[in-house]
Amino acid sequence: MKILVAIKQVPARDSQLKIAPSGRWIAEDDLTYEINEPDAYALEAALQLKEKHGGEVVALCLGPARAAQTIREALAKGADRGIHIEAEDPGVYDPLAAARLMAAALRAEAPDLVLTGLQSDDLGYGQTGPILAELLGLPHATLIMEVEKLEGGIRVKRELEDGWFQHVEMPLPALLAIQSGISKLRYATLMGIKRAKTKEVRRLTPAELGGGEGAASIRLDRVYLPQRAKHTQLFEGSPKEAAAQLVEKLKFEARVI
Amino acid sequence: MSILVVMEQRGGVWNRMSFETLAGAQQLAGELNTTASAAVLGQGNEALAAELAGKQLEKLYLVEHELLKEYTPDAYTAVLGQLLAQVNPEYVLLPHTYQVRDFLPKLATALGTVAVSDVVAHRVEAGAVVLVRQLFQGKVNSDVRFTGAAPHFASLQAGAYRADRVLEGSLLVEKFTPAIAAGDVRTRPLERFRESARAVDLSAADLIVAVGRGIKDADNIALIQELANVMGAELAASRPICDAGWLPMERQVGSSGQTVGPKLYMAVGISGAIQHLVGMKGSRIIVAINKDPNAPIFEVADYGIVGDLFQVVPELIEAFKKAK
Ligand SMILES: Cc1cc2nc3c(=O)[nH]c(=O)nc-3n(C[C@H](O)[C@H](O)[C@H](O)COP(=O)(O)OP(=O)(O)OC[C@H]3O[C@@H](n4cnc5c(N)ncnc54)[C@H](O)[C@@H]3O)c2cc1C
Ligand SMILES: Nc1ncnc2c1ncn2[C@@H]1O[C@H](COP(=O)(O)O)[C@@H](O)[C@H]1O
Repeated sequence: MKILVAIKQVPARDSQLKIAPSGRWIAEDDLTYEINEPDAYALEAALQLKEKHGGEVVALCLGPARAAQTIREALAKGADRGIHIEAEDPGVYDPLAAARLMAAALRAEAPDLVLTGLQSDDLGYGQTGPILAELLGLPHATLIMEVEKLEGGIRVKRELEDGWFQHVEMPLPALLAIQSGISKLRYATLMGIKRAKTKEVRRLTPAELGGGEGAASIRLDRVYLPQRAKHTQLFEGSPKEAAAQLVEKLKFEARVI
Repeated sequence: MSILVVMEQRGGVWNRMSFETLAGAQQLAGELNTTASAAVLGQGNEALAAELAGKQLEKLYLVEHELLKEYTPDAYTAVLGQLLAQVNPEYVLLPHTYQVRDFLPKLATALGTVAVSDVVAHRVEAGAVVLVRQLFQGKVNSDVRFTGAAPHFASLQAGAYRADRVLEGSLLVEKFTPAIAAGDVRTRPLERFRESARAVDLSAADLIVAVGRGIKDADNIALIQELANVMGAELAASRPICDAGWLPMERQVGSSGQTVGPKLYMAVGISGAIQHLVGMKGSRIIVAINKDPNAPIFEVADYGIVGDLFQVVPELIEAFKKAK
């Protein structure tokens, strides 16, 4: 089974975010980056499927030069090769324009299965998977917690609201958007890190993929820190003082303990 | 120009978020000086149509077909494409449910456009609609505009609009029968199920201490357990804690876990992503302990301590012991 996994590089989770002077994106100067969380689970699911059924796992990433690091990490964990669509400012694409570039790279590969994460931590559209499926003419399912290969197709477990689940069957090729937590994540081994250095990463430019086709249909005008609507009463001072004040408040004023 | 709301039902029961979206659509219709209509997809939903009879809407499209009984992205996309071609709305609003997340990007793509997903607010500026959506799990907001051709799609986040603001009035019910065949549907949905019964019912708890990824390591959970013990509280967690297996799934609070409403909810090292907030924001008193003063959890917290939980929690344990 040939599996393509879309992985995105995003700012590390606990980053202190500041707005860039342009007011159109965050300031990127002091940030560190990591793989988008659900994408790590998508990669894990792909590696497990390969271990069971054989085949190949290819990591696909659209991002600036720094994203090469995230592709290397995927290779170190066991992906066989990488495709890096290198665009200095992916922010100029809306999710459809970005997906068009990825779809062009995917078409050339003709995979049996395409995996994406459910949602990116930065833009958070939660859309790229189903958009890709439509562009590629593939059946899809999102919020996937389990993938099982059947004769001539797959059976997946979808998460629904309120603790409900549902199995869905579909033929291959197909696209799945993977939810976080699908299984335990592996670490890269020393051997894996060494091997990654010799694995192929193909670099493509948006121009080579026919980029820029079609005008954007949404525009991100401005980013800003949200105004806090509710005024939280904060307790300051040393941890000891703050803790004492909080407990007193809960006991005598809020009367919840 | 007009607005269409796609309401969500399953097995003849409304998804309540549909009414929040209806309220949002009515509000936008007022601001744009236009009308709102609604559509409901399924089969045998006459009773649901009757429930909407008293709402202020131009029309309700009752979209009925055998193949809409069980949700599939293929059938929903094909059928809504047909409906939109007939109705021709300028704006299409949907609740940001798991089902909508599944088909809306496909539908928008099929029509050559992009949906604005997970909208928390809107405003109208010189006749143009500006939508507000969150980035970075609620840490940053953004203003988004439509720049392409109609229909303009947006899905609205849970709690962003108030269902109790739905305007009363009247409407016309119109049946719409789509043309779709079984061969158009490539996925086969099977029975819905729940995993083993929940041993803990967090919804009945008076006091809850919830722990998030700020706890760093499985071994540190014991510290929060001790805090819960001295308070006589139930222990709960955000999703990553349960995903990692540090606490069982049944202690997860949020959109894919339990919904709770205790007297006191103390969130320790939890950032406050929307999927967590929807499960606990009905709590009477919310306390947040987080080292990041900009964490979205402070948006809903009544009381807070900005600080390192590893310094604050031991002091809290002492303070609760003394208060007994
Ligand atoms: C469809 C879907 C469904 C989901 N369902 C759920 C759900 O049901 N429940 C749920 O919880 N999530 C759910 N999520 C995930 C959700 O989006 C967030 O990723 C998750 O809630 C984040 O958990 P967290 O706050 O523990 O971790 P993080 O977001 O990583 O936050 C950790 C917090 O700890 C703070 N911190 C770090 N170190 C310290 C320290 N030493 N002292 C004090 N504070 C510290 C940080 O400042 C940060 O705010 C869902 C996501 C999706 C897409
Ligand atoms: N620039 C990108 N490079 C690779 N994969 C991406 C990129 N953007 C989005 N994806 C994939 O699409 C998923 C959903 O992203 P989004 O629609 O932005 O929430 C992510 O989890 C990734 O798997």
